[in-house]
Amino acid sequence: MAELFAESLAAVGRAATNALAAVGRASRMAAAAARALAKTSMWGPQLLAQLARVGVASVPIALFIATFTGIVMSLQASYTLTGAIPLYFVGVLVSKTMILELGPVLTALTLAGRVGAAISAELGTMKVTEQVDALETLAYDPVAYLVVPRVLAGTLMFPVVVLLAVTAGIGAGWVAALQLLDMSSAEFVKGMRLFFAPWDVWFCVVKSVSFGFVVTGVGCFCGLAAKGGAEGVGRCATRSVVASSMIVLVLDALWAATLL
Amino acid sequence: MGIRISGLAKRFGSKSVLRGFDLEVGENETVAIVGPSGAGKSALLKHVVGLLRPDAGTVEVDGADVGTLDGAGLAELRRKVGYVFQSAALFDSMTIAENVGMGLRRAGGRAQAQVRARVEECLALVGLAEMGGRRPADLSGGQRKRAGLARAIAASPRYLLYDEPTTGLDPVTTTSIDRLMLRMRRELGVAALMVTHDMTSAARVADRIALLHEGRAWFTGTPSEVESARDPVVRGFVQGDPRLYYG
Repeated sequence: MAELFAESLAAVGRAATNALAAVGRASRMAAAAARALAKTSMWGPQLLAQLARVGVASVPIALFIATFTGIVMSLQASYTLTGAIPLYFVGVLVSKTMILELGPVLTALTLAGRVGAAISAELGTMKVTEQVDALETLAYDPVAYLVVPRVLAGTLMFPVVVLLAVTAGIGAGWVAALQLLDMSSAEFVKGMRLFFAPWDVWFCVVKSVSFGFVVTGVGCFCGLAAKGGAEGVGRCATRSVVASSMIVLVLDALWAATLL
Repeated sequence: MGIRISGLAKRFGSKSVLRGFDLEVGENETVAIVGPSGAGKSALLKHVVGLLRPDAGTVEVDGADVGTLDGAGLAELRRKVGYVFQSAALFDSMTIAENVGMGLRRAGGRAQAQVRARVEECLALVGLAEMGGRRPADLSGGQRKRAGLARAIAASPRYLLYDEPTTGLDPVTTTSIDRLMLRMRRELGVAALMVTHDMTSAARVADRIALLHEGRAWFTGTPSEVESARDPVVRGFVQGDPRLYYG
């Protein structure tokens, strides 16, 4: 029994040490990335391509998810509120929930899979096939060349993708309310405007910026830490999705507690 | 001034791979470091361009201690050292021509047309004149090694480092890569340090051969001295006899 307890304690200690070591390595990479911002000639030419890959290419999946979320939100709000609260509260629920929570969080979790895993697998493959070493031997700073443009692209494009997704979600919820709930546009818009505060949009943007930074930053960190061939690349992509999803949800709670 | 490695030591976790390795490479000299897989040959090479930092000892290139160089110093060092990777390490998102031009674009000081002309020149030198528009995945193993060599020589380095340049190649391609290395030396006048476990290739290309054993340069000599050495470790490696080599 005592032996089992000691083993469990040792395992917890090892996990804590590994986690702290990872935090240390991530902090070093973040510091290196901040320094590398000055090397514009290295990351500048990559930025446009990354903006397209991280942002533009993510729009269809983000819109798809937001559209169906908006429809479901509208229908479920009507189901929940019927008979108790005026139906125009469907507009309140759909718009508030899409702007404050579901738009940014669902998009971030989706892009953790689409963008974060892709970055991690790409950089992981470059790492295990010595392409990152090759960059260094050609006098490139891998952090400036690989990490900075991806993280900048994520930080800049996530808010754009999220705002498009929020718009699509609210629009889909509106159409669903008109077509399926016997509501008028005037009622839906009344609901939308009832509790709308411009700060909500800023809150959404702040969350999206932080989520974009986390998803792309974790993807880069996990990719550059890859070891051991194809299996190692697979492991780092999985780790990237899991870690960035968890951080996104923790940040989500943190922003709600501090900014609302 | 050349490359001077003195008392180089490196440990990975609990495994000590280099334990006081000493070697000098003079200008326009080619030295081969031979040894079995996992002996630390590639790690040794990575110390020369600062991809790894030594636990102890020094690596000097043209008198500069690589282990103490900062970012700018390393960038300057890497402009005069070309590195040919074991797996070629070509950037698979780019064409071969773009790969070869990477170092030139980083170095700056050349117009786009000059970069293109130099890339074509380097590709022609390694026999890939028509391959510039292809992707690395479209090339054979030997062609990828050649493309890696073209990338390494593009910025006109003073030194070339070859990491297992003939590993995994058929005998005919191996001979052509060996000839290419000799040609690089003849036409470009570069000094070279190659690591390999291919004794035939080492004897064909190198002026001197150093056997890496137990983390240090166990024996250093000309190919004929290595061939005729009586040391059981050297004989064991040359003859491929594990009983002799491991004692």
